[in-house]
Amino acid sequence: MTKNPDATTDTVTKAKLRNGNDVAKEDVIQLIDMNKWYGNFHVLRDINLNVHRGERIVVCGPSGSGKSTMIRCINRLEEHQKGQIIVDGVELTNDLKNIDKIRREVGMVFQHFNLFPHLTILENLCLAPIWVRKESRKEAEARAMHYLERVKIPEQALKYPGQLSGGQQQRVAIARSLCMEPKIMLFDEPTSALDPEMIKEVLDTMVELAEEGMTMICVTHEMGFAKTVADRVIFMADGQVVEENEPHEFFNNPQEERTQKFLSQIIQH
Amino acid sequence: MGVYQEKPALAPPNSTTGPIAWVRLNLVSTPLNTVMTLIAIYALWQLLPPILNWAIFDANFAGDDAAACSTSSGACWVFVKTRLGFFTYGFYEEAERWRVDVSFLLLALVIVPQFFNNFPYKAWIGLAGLTVMPIVTGILLLGGVFGLPAVETHTWGGLMLTLVLSFVGIVAALPIGVVLALGRRSEMPMIRMVCVTFIEIWRGVPLISVLFMASVMLPLFLPEGWTFEKLLRALIGITLFQSAYMAEVIRGGLQAIPKGQFEAASALGLGYWRSMSLIILPQALKLVIPGIVNTFIALFKDTTLVLIIGLLDILATVQATIVDPAWRGVSTEGYIFAAFCFWVFCFGMSRYSQALERKLHTGHKR
Repeated sequence: MTKNPDATTDTVTKAKLRNGNDVAKEDVIQLIDMNKWYGNFHVLRDINLNVHRGERIVVCGPSGSGKSTMIRCINRLEEHQKGQIIVDGVELTNDLKNIDKIRREVGMVFQHFNLFPHLTILENLCLAPIWVRKESRKEAEARAMHYLERVKIPEQALKYPGQLSGGQQQRVAIARSLCMEPKIMLFDEPTSALDPEMIKEVLDTMVELAEEGMTMICVTHEMGFAKTVADRVIFMADGQVVEENEPHEFFNNPQEERTQKFLSQIIQH
Repeated sequence: MGVYQEKPALAPPNSTTGPIAWVRLNLVSTPLNTVMTLIAIYALWQLLPPILNWAIFDANFAGDDAAACSTSSGACWVFVKTRLGFFTYGFYEEAERWRVDVSFLLLALVIVPQFFNNFPYKAWIGLAGLTVMPIVTGILLLGGVFGLPAVETHTWGGLMLTLVLSFVGIVAALPIGVVLALGRRSEMPMIRMVCVTFIEIWRGVPLISVLFMASVMLPLFLPEGWTFEKLLRALIGITLFQSAYMAEVIRGGLQAIPKGQFEAASALGLGYWRSMSLIILPQALKLVIPGIVNTFIALFKDTTLVLIIGLLDILATVQATIVDPAWRGVSTEGYIFAAFCFWVFCFGMSRYSQALERKLHTGHKR
């Protein structure tokens, strides 16, 4: 189950899973009463979140509300202190084996891309498949080129990250995650560090990915993306989930005052 | 409103390019600069001819004893020429000196390709230089096996001793420094404490006292019959001492790497050691190449301190010969020769580091 060499059939089954109502919705991520503190500061308070396979979730909220911290807990870039995080049936504990297992199945895209500047684009993409998945160089390069074509920059393969534009770098970062054939993708404000004219190319890539049925959790301020792609929008403030709803309801009929205030503030501009 | 028309590119005016522009920009750009230029030309005119006369035109190159130098007032390079063997090999037995020559040759064979960009198998040659070469030269120089007569290390001296000390120091101090730097940044308090203590102790004492301790004090603490070579003790002292400095240089590089790099590596499933060796260290080491080479150069020159524990490095061999009553007034020539030898190697390291920096620069910002 962990390895599926044929990506296309995998996405097809996922899409079927999502569309066919008869298939029981399987929770692939569960956060149960999750709490986290930075020293004395209570960052995340009793977070409960279930994500189904193939579901696209957008997390929004004011800065400092704990959105990034929450998704960083899911692949253990941050440690939670209380409650449970279960990813694809594996509970995140201090057990390094579990952490490894989960990190192989969860891809992550960062605000600042975090490409490895001393390696070419192709090497960036092949590094983890070769060292973690133990693929041969040839195999890894073939897959890397496949994903570079998907994000529409195969011609940049031999360049270094510093030679690419921000939008291209972020698409490389997405491709780099996909090369590990993750079941879940986490996006931590993927367009916040980009110039306006580059945001679209990254969002287009993400929309395509969503259409293929990838399970996604995306922290973003791009409300247009949330409206068109998300199955569910989660609004966080002060370390808590304040409101969650499907996008149409969320944007047109927000229930909580905090949400209304937040939405009125972003929509003004 | 005018119509946009692209203007043709014109050649720059004469005053901004070419040699005239260079002179104007660099030599006579301001009145003060003009005065400085004139002073510099005057100083060169006064200093250069006497130096050249002494070192080359009036110097003695021919002959093989002190008498050959009495003919003129120039430098007595005959002295350096006749003592070159001693300066190079120390007291290493004359019949066995070919072994040192072969070692020099091996060293050159390993190092020279590193200065060329596209030398075939360059990386493999470099790797052999760090692994096979030290073993082969070690066997060659020490002997005692394969029918090679053993040569006691206390006979080693001169340039070969300087090179042995620096090469071993450099090759061993870098990896130890890396481990110490990683340890100092470890999240495990025990490891961090050990590394901090080690670094601070070795950095807090002068190299001379380390060498003294190694050669005088250490034997007192060792059980009866436990002796090991003075050279080995000096090597260990120098290596540990320099690795503490190296650790701090490398730590500087590690701290300059953004946390995001490690996070990205972790998120891809790379563990600590792989993240470090594939992602963090290559970037960190590249950042601190100037600092690392600076430490190497300092180490190279610090090897002269082994003089005080009775090992004769190149400077010590020069010093030992200039007191020879048969040769009088040759100290300048001797010291210049020693300085020149040091300069050649240090300058080589400096140039190599600059070439390496240029080559590894992939034009990126993070």
